[in-house]
Amino acid sequence: MSEALLQARGLSITFGGLKAVQDVSFDVLPRTLTALVGPNGAGKTTLFALLSGFLKPGAGTVQYLGRDITGMAPQKSARLGLTRTFQIVQPFGAQTVRENIAVGAHLHEPDRRRALQAAEAVAQRVNLHSYLDKPAADLTVGGRKRLELARALAAQPRLLLLDEVLAGLNPSEIDEMIPVIRGIVDGGVTVLMIEHVMRAVMSLAEHVWVLAQGRLIAGGTPRDVTSDPTVIEAYLGHGTAERLKQYGAQP
Amino acid sequence: MRDIRSIVLFGVIVAAAAALLQSGVALTFIMMSLYAVLLAQSWNILGGYGGQLSFGHALFFGVGAYAQAIAQLTWGWNPWLALPFAIAAGVVVGLIVGALTFRSGLKGSYFALVTLAFAEVFRIVAVSVPFTGGGVGLMVPLHASIANLQFGSRRGYIYLLLGFVIAALFCTAWLRHSRFGAYLQAVRDNENAARAIGVDPVRVKLGAIAWSAAFMAAAGACYVQMFQYIDSGIAFGSTISVEALVGVIVGGAGTLWGPVLGAAVLYALGEATRNLFGEVPGISMVIYGAVLVLIVMFMPRGLSGAGLSVRRMLKGAQPPQPAPQQDERKEEARV
Repeated sequence: MSEALLQARGLSITFGGLKAVQDVSFDVLPRTLTALVGPNGAGKTTLFALLSGFLKPGAGTVQYLGRDITGMAPQKSARLGLTRTFQIVQPFGAQTVRENIAVGAHLHEPDRRRALQAAEAVAQRVNLHSYLDKPAADLTVGGRKRLELARALAAQPRLLLLDEVLAGLNPSEIDEMIPVIRGIVDGGVTVLMIEHVMRAVMSLAEHVWVLAQGRLIAGGTPRDVTSDPTVIEAYLGHGTAERLKQYGAQP
Repeated sequence: MRDIRSIVLFGVIVAAAAALLQSGVALTFIMMSLYAVLLAQSWNILGGYGGQLSFGHALFFGVGAYAQAIAQLTWGWNPWLALPFAIAAGVVVGLIVGALTFRSGLKGSYFALVTLAFAEVFRIVAVSVPFTGGGVGLMVPLHASIANLQFGSRRGYIYLLLGFVIAALFCTAWLRHSRFGAYLQAVRDNENAARAIGVDPVRVKLGAIAWSAAFMAAAGACYVQMFQYIDSGIAFGSTISVEALVGVIVGGAGTLWGPVLGAAVLYALGEATRNLFGEVPGISMVIYGAVLVLIVMFMPRGLSGAGLSVRRMLKGAQPPQPAPQQDERKEEARV
C-alpha cells in the first residue's frame, strides 16, 4: 500500500511500566476520513502524539507522504501539512478569535493583513464568524472546539488529526459540525479523527480503527467494526448490551 | 497605523517639551523617565509579549555598558562607533543565553532563575578580571562634545534616549502587527498549540531575546555616556533587572503604552517620596514599596489594564458574568 498518505508501522511507547501503545500499524488513505475509536485510556491521544511528533515512539516508524517523519518535531511536520488539534482545547486565551486563527494562517502567509483575512474566511467555514473579535477565553466549550478546528484548518493541512472535536458539544452543535467536517474532507483534506460520538463516526468515517489497551484490535467499515464481537467486548465492556443496541440502531 | 501615529505624537511631544522647558529639574525628570522607559520597554518585548520572565535583564544592560566603556577606553574607539558595537555585544550574549535556556526548554521560574544566575556570574567575573577595571570600575573621561557623544546639557541625552525609546516602541508596534509578533504571543499563550500549527518556539523566543537584549544594551551604553562611569554592581546588579520588570508589571505587560506609563509613574513616585520624606532614612522606600504592593494587588493587569476596565465601566458595558459561570459548569461536567 504505497499510496497511503500516512503509514504507521509497529508504533510502541511505554510510560514506566505502562505500555500505552503497543505495536500499532495502520494506513490512512488520501482524501478519506478515518476514525480512531476505543474506550477511555486506550491510548488514542498518545497515538496522536506519536504521529504528530509530540512524543517519540520507543519503537516503530511513521511514514508520511512517503518519507520517514518518526519523531520529527511537530512544527516541522506542520510545515509538511500534518496538523493536529487537541482534545483539551488550547486557545491562545489573551487573543481574539481572529488572531488565534491567523496564527494558523501565518504558516503559509507571512503578511499580517492577509492572514487576518484568511482567518475570517476560515471562521466562516466553522461558524465562528460572529465571534471574530471576542477574546478566545470568552468562548463556550463548543466555541473553543470550533476554534481549535479553525486554527488547524487555517494552516492548510493535507492531513488533519482531530482529537475529539465533537466532545462537549450539544446535539444540535454536533449536527452543525458534521457537515463542516464532511466539507473539509470534500475539500481534499485527509482526516484522521479520534471520536467518541458514534453518530458522527457512523455517518462520516469510511474506515474505522479500534484501539483498546494500546493495541489495534479491529479495522474496517463502521458497520463491520460495530458488529465485530471483539470490539463490542473491548469497547463497551461486559453487560452493556443495551447501550450497544442503542448505538447500533441509529447509524 | 494608529500605533505609528501615537508613537510619532509621543516623540514630538517629548522632544518639544525638552526643547521648551528650561528648568533643570524638569529636564532631569524627562531624561531619567526616558531611561526607565527604555529599560521597561526592552523587558516588555521578551517578558510581556514573549512571556519569558527574565530576572536578570541587567546582564544585557551590563554587557552593553561595559562594551561601550571598554571600546572607548581600551581600544580608543569613537563613542558613536562603540554604540552599535555595544548593542551587537548585547544581542550576541542574548542569543547565547537564549540558545542555552530555550533549547533545553527552560520556562517560567526556571528561566527567571537562570537569567538571574547569568547576571550574577557576569557581575562576579566583572569584579575579578582586569579589563573591566575590577572593583574600581571604569571611568570615561568627560569631553563634552557631540562628536564624543557627551552633551553639555540634559537635552542631548534626552534626544539620544528618545531615539532609542521610539525605536523600542516601533519594535513593539511591529510585534503587534506582524507574523513574528503573532507567533511570539502564540508561544507565550500556549507553546504546544503553537507547535501544532507550525511555530518553532525556540526560534521565536531567540528573536525576542535578541531584540530585548539589543535595547537593554543600548540603555547600558547610554548610561555610560550619561554618567561616564560603570562598575560591576551598577552593570550587573539586580537593581537594573528589577527596575526593568517592575515598570512593565505596574504599567501592564504585553501592551504598547503600559511600560511607558508604568516606568514614568514609578520614577515620579520614587522621586516624590524621596523629596517628601527624605529626612527620615528608609521611609521613602517603605512608601514606594507599599504603593507598589497596592498597585499589584488592585490592578493585576497594570495601570493600562485598569484604565481599560474603567473605560469599559463608563461606557456602561456590563461585565459578562453569567456566561463564564455556565462555561465553568460545562467544563466541570466534562471533567
